[in-house]
Amino acid sequence: MEEIKLRVSGIEKSFPGVKALNNINFAVRKGTVHALCGENGAGKSTLMKVLTGLYKADKGQIFIDEKPVEIKNPIQAREYGISMIAQELNYVSELSVEENLFMGRLPVNRFGGVDWKKVRREAKKFLEEEKLSYDPAQKLKTLTVSDIQMLEIIKAVTNNAQVVLMDEPTSSISQAEVKRLFEKIAELKAKGVSIIYISHKMDEVFQIADDITVIRDGEVVSTDRVEDLDIQTVIARMVGRPLENVYPKEFLPLGDVVFEVENFNAKNLFGDISFHAKKGEIVGFAGLVGAGRTELMRAVFGLDPKDSGTVRINGKETVIRSPEEAIRKGLIMLSEDRKEYGLVPVRSVMENASLASLKRYFYGGTNHRKKEHSEVSDIFRKMDVKTPTLDTQISSLSGGNAQKVLLARWMLCEPDIMILDEPTRGIDVGAKFEIYKLMTDIVREGKTIIMVSSELPELIGMCDRIYVMCQGKITGCLNRDEFSQEAIMMRATGLLGTKREGKRDEK
Amino acid sequence: MKNNKVSYYLQKFSILIVLIVMFIACSLLSPYFLKANNLMNIARQLCVGILIAYGEMILIVSGFLDLSVGSVLALAGVMAVSAYKSTGSMPVAILAALAVGVLCNLFNAFFVGNFNVPAFIATLGMQQVARGIALYYTGGANILQLGKFVNIGQGMLGVLPIPVIIVIIITVIVWYLFNQTRYGRSLYAIGGNRKAAEASGINSLKSIYISYAINGLLAGMAGVIFMARNNAGLPNGAVGYEMTGLTAVIVGGTSFTGGVGTVMGTIAGAFIIGFLENIMNLIGVNSYIQSVIEGMIIVLAVAFDIRSKNKKSSKVIMVSDDGEEKKTP
Repeated sequence: MEEIKLRVSGIEKSFPGVKALNNINFAVRKGTVHALCGENGAGKSTLMKVLTGLYKADKGQIFIDEKPVEIKNPIQAREYGISMIAQELNYVSELSVEENLFMGRLPVNRFGGVDWKKVRREAKKFLEEEKLSYDPAQKLKTLTVSDIQMLEIIKAVTNNAQVVLMDEPTSSISQAEVKRLFEKIAELKAKGVSIIYISHKMDEVFQIADDITVIRDGEVVSTDRVEDLDIQTVIARMVGRPLENVYPKEFLPLGDVVFEVENFNAKNLFGDISFHAKKGEIVGFAGLVGAGRTELMRAVFGLDPKDSGTVRINGKETVIRSPEEAIRKGLIMLSEDRKEYGLVPVRSVMENASLASLKRYFYGGTNHRKKEHSEVSDIFRKMDVKTPTLDTQISSLSGGNAQKVLLARWMLCEPDIMILDEPTRGIDVGAKFEIYKLMTDIVREGKTIIMVSSELPELIGMCDRIYVMCQGKITGCLNRDEFSQEAIMMRATGLLGTKREGKRDEK
Repeated sequence: MKNNKVSYYLQKFSILIVLIVMFIACSLLSPYFLKANNLMNIARQLCVGILIAYGEMILIVSGFLDLSVGSVLALAGVMAVSAYKSTGSMPVAILAALAVGVLCNLFNAFFVGNFNVPAFIATLGMQQVARGIALYYTGGANILQLGKFVNIGQGMLGVLPIPVIIVIIITVIVWYLFNQTRYGRSLYAIGGNRKAAEASGINSLKSIYISYAINGLLAGMAGVIFMARNNAGLPNGAVGYEMTGLTAVIVGGTSFTGGVGTVMGTIAGAFIIGFLENIMNLIGVNSYIQSVIEGMIIVLAVAFDIRSKNKKSSKVIMVSDDGEEKKTP
């Protein structure tokens, strides 16, 4: 089994300002499962997109069966036998099973029309072979995620796929379905198909993989046989960067508990969530993509509905049904998606800054523009926002400055509790440091910050306490003396911790 | 930075420059154009169009639109005429028109706001519904002999026509709404990025209802003036007036993608269209060809708007897959 099916050599890919992939080398053996492990943003998805022809690599070469190939687009990738089972499955839910199976390669009869009889016959044959009991004419939307995934895999194999890429295939299926998937993978291996398997779930990776390649910050850290590794080693390599002391953290005496969330539930998103935060505290929320942190915070802020749960502010039960209500009660949320839920690109920086506190500037029947102007300039000066004028369109500001304007928007509301979801995402190092400094100033004023972040170093650097979430549950709550990237990753991947642990240190 | 400023002001006042150039060109093309009589005539003719344009502007700025306004105007006008004929009271007639306008638009708001039906579809439906009701109610016949009702469209108060005075008052109110109220500011935010506005505590559903209601009031008032000017209740009148309103708004610099637009711009846009129609009549352009020209103008105005926006945004920010934003050199 030493035959190499796919070899990636010296792949590099840059986006404006970031090097997403740097000199990536690894080889996938024929008939094996090769796992790719890495933190969020390590470059795994970019690499997959290069392999399937969605991105063009700046440098480097891909070999299939040791022959150099150039993959320009997904169709070519398929011709080379590379197929992708995406995290978000791509299918047309209104079409039937058979139509989806043969999409893009429907057989044609001699009149140039589709040979539906052949489609039906072959679809039936495939489904029977795979012991799947549904009707080829059934619409795809009537199937479960797992069924569709299985179908995607079958589709890939019938496309004569030699290399199947699976990105987080178990993120939305049940335990029993995972078992079915793994049986399928074993079957494919036996047929000599190679599988590149991306997952955050370490136990699964160790169960299924033959080789593991760890990627960090766009570079390959190591490739080893699974026998030579253990979970701790892989996690250590995934997070392995040295912790620089770039966090202007101040240790302040903490006040009373001012914010409590109890028994928050929303079906399929998160369940049984309880946490609290004290006056002057920065509370972190760690977890992998899809752990439900953003969904939870959106529900707390009243932006999305929840099934059940209560919020207490200063010990008083508080009903929050909309952001409007949350803001009125002193709770705000900076969204992780600056573009979609933050900026109003066509409007000025001033209007963007004052958007959440219009009541301060519109009263008595007029717009108190002078007050608006001076308060916004004051806070911009305090936060060192760099903008040519207050009338400049916000879309012409850099990411870091735009983020500061959004933070200013929320500061102008004079909140007591601030949820900051990925406050430093997509901004450069200098601007990050300034955001950290602002956070320190904010808590010094006696406010409370709840910080959601996917970057462990900044959580460890800035927080007083960190909750860890995995698959919609809180799997741990760590105090400062327990902080370590390993401890967090163990809980974020679901290896350690139960949902009850979160209440451990309360009261 | 300086360059930015110049182009900023150029963009801000470009519409006024166009208006002035247009005015001069028109006065050169026809000696009759500058006559007081003709100018007054333009003002009168523009009244209905400007009211419609204000309604469309409120909606387009916040990311919606209304295709039903011509029909709603006709229905409201017919109802006003009929109310006047049976009661003889002008206030009752006007109230009837306003009520009908608002009612139709509450339906629009209901489907657009509560069911997220695209405004294009919801108001296209209302276009048929309102026209149908107007025709059904009148049996398809015009209502004639309006008596003193016509004053509101044809009368003078001092040196100014009454409809012009009404439009001036409404202009002040609309300007006030846009510039001095929280509601006005919210419109820009909702049109610019509805999700961001909602996440900042703005109640967009409430805004949708208010906007359509105001649009209904404007349509109702326009209906009264329209019928009075024509000295008849015309259930088949004002067909396609939504297009006239939309053209004025778009030519006036309101962005069809929402978030941008000024009352001054809309007035200028309406006058540009008004001058154009007037001069084409004066120099005897075939009325079918006039329609061709107006149709071309709206497409060109939108194309121009999109082009200038693309230029701006493509220069500024590129977003990579990893969420990194960088200024391109």
